[in-house]
Amino acid sequence: MSFFHRHRWAAPFALLAPGVLWLFLFFVLPFGYLAYQSLQSGIYPNFEFTWAFSNFSEAITDNQEQLIRSFVYAGIATVIAFLFSYPLAYWIAFRAGRWKNVFLVLVIAPFFVTYLIRTIAWQTILSDDGLVLDVMKAIGLVADDGRVLATSTAVIAGITYNYLPFMVLPIYVSLEQVDRRLLEAANDLYASPRQGFLRVTLPISLPGVFAGTLLTFIPAVGDFINAELLGGPGQRMIGNVIQSKFLVSLDYPEAAALSFVLMALILVVVIAYARAVGSERLTS
Amino acid sequence: MSAWAFVKRHALSVYAALAIGYMLLPIAVVFLFSFNQPAGRFNYVWQQFTFDNWINWNAPPGIQDALVTSIIIAVLASITATALGALIALALVRHRFRGRGPLNFLIFLPMAAPEIVLGASLLTLFLNQTLFTLGFWTIFIAHVMFCISFVVVTVRARLVDFDRHLEEAAADLGANEWVTFRKITLPLLAPAILAGGLLAFAISVDDFVITYFNSGSEITFPVYVWGQAARGVPPQVNVIGSAIFFIAVGVMLANVIRQTRRERSAA
Repeated sequence: MSFFHRHRWAAPFALLAPGVLWLFLFFVLPFGYLAYQSLQSGIYPNFEFTWAFSNFSEAITDNQEQLIRSFVYAGIATVIAFLFSYPLAYWIAFRAGRWKNVFLVLVIAPFFVTYLIRTIAWQTILSDDGLVLDVMKAIGLVADDGRVLATSTAVIAGITYNYLPFMVLPIYVSLEQVDRRLLEAANDLYASPRQGFLRVTLPISLPGVFAGTLLTFIPAVGDFINAELLGGPGQRMIGNVIQSKFLVSLDYPEAAALSFVLMALILVVVIAYARAVGSERLTS
Repeated sequence: MSAWAFVKRHALSVYAALAIGYMLLPIAVVFLFSFNQPAGRFNYVWQQFTFDNWINWNAPPGIQDALVTSIIIAVLASITATALGALIALALVRHRFRGRGPLNFLIFLPMAAPEIVLGASLLTLFLNQTLFTLGFWTIFIAHVMFCISFVVVTVRARLVDFDRHLEEAAADLGANEWVTFRKITLPLLAPAILAGGLLAFAISVDDFVITYFNSGSEITFPVYVWGQAARGVPPQVNVIGSAIFFIAVGVMLANVIRQTRRERSAA
């Protein structure tokens, strides 16, 4: 203790040191190794560092289809999740009264079932001899010999479902912060409820929408579980490719290069999106 | 209230009920099919009601070992991550120092990065050195890494309204720093630390992607489920999934009820 009496400036660094060291060793440093691996060439297990930038061009040209598909699926899933979540979050924030907390628990309840088991439950629900498919066939949504599993619909539906709480919660939090007096003021100034919503509630909730869409989109692009369990060979996403290159075909350099490509593309999309929404307005 | 507003209010309530029903549907399916006696390997079609899966929950070979491994890793990782994360939160709330901005960014990043990239980069670290072989401890290292940030965020959120006058009062009454920390600071921080620890435990038990990349031949419960998925998941997986769900919701509800009560008695 006496050391910290004499050197008070050292106290925060002593508190930070163990955790920050852990993050540095096992979060920051690995990206250095990922970069190092991505520039190697050779065949497992004899890889050599050769500044092999061709890994990057190969990673892109070989997997263009899966890259595009990942961003399209994640984009569609994010839009559907937003349309689904906004009214629900609005209802919980403005109409649920004293039961709010109970409904919030229900919204995050899916997180308490292991991700994989949740997705396998969708396999059961959408399976070829499941109830949902029978109903869809009966009302003509699906052809009599058609199926939902192993289609893009199933994969996008699975991704959308799995990240819903990430969308609902931030939107709820931002709606919860809307000062009700502003809405009364809008009403007093002869704004219709519709105008009150569009001019007051919606703009104030935009930061929540921004956070929710990113929290959904970013993990969705890298997801491979839904494509593996609910899709077929035609639904493979970039996550599936990275996963199998690392763990099945042991092509570490190209897998590492592909991971960087994925990260860079996500970063570009996120920055473009932040610009489009107007991040200065969100943070002010 | 106009008729239009009345209609709109109810339409929204009906929608909310349907939406929550949809979110809970897979959970209901998991629970329901934990009582099914599947005809073949695939537990897709309802055949017959049975308690067998619950009674013989550990019948499929490997399922119990996987679950035990998951729980041991989650306990060790959440304790470690909670200690490291709580100290960072304490430093962030209590002290002004250079580099707070970059530090906040460093803590935010692991939560924002896609899991597959975290798993892949950590794997390249383990592949390119000889100190660790892939297995139990590399999973532990990975779990601590991605849990720290969540602990920092949870603990920090609750530390912000910590009343420092209590510590000053203790010091005025002659307590030294260590006694003050043990008798005042730690008990007041306990709920925040517990919340952070529970979150870390939940995230650790559920993690598949990062674990899968760094597990070698070690099998956690999610890795076990993944291995079975292609062959047909035994209904016992539904049993364990349901059990985890009910325990987690129970803990969560107890917490919510306790908080509501405390708020009421404070008001």
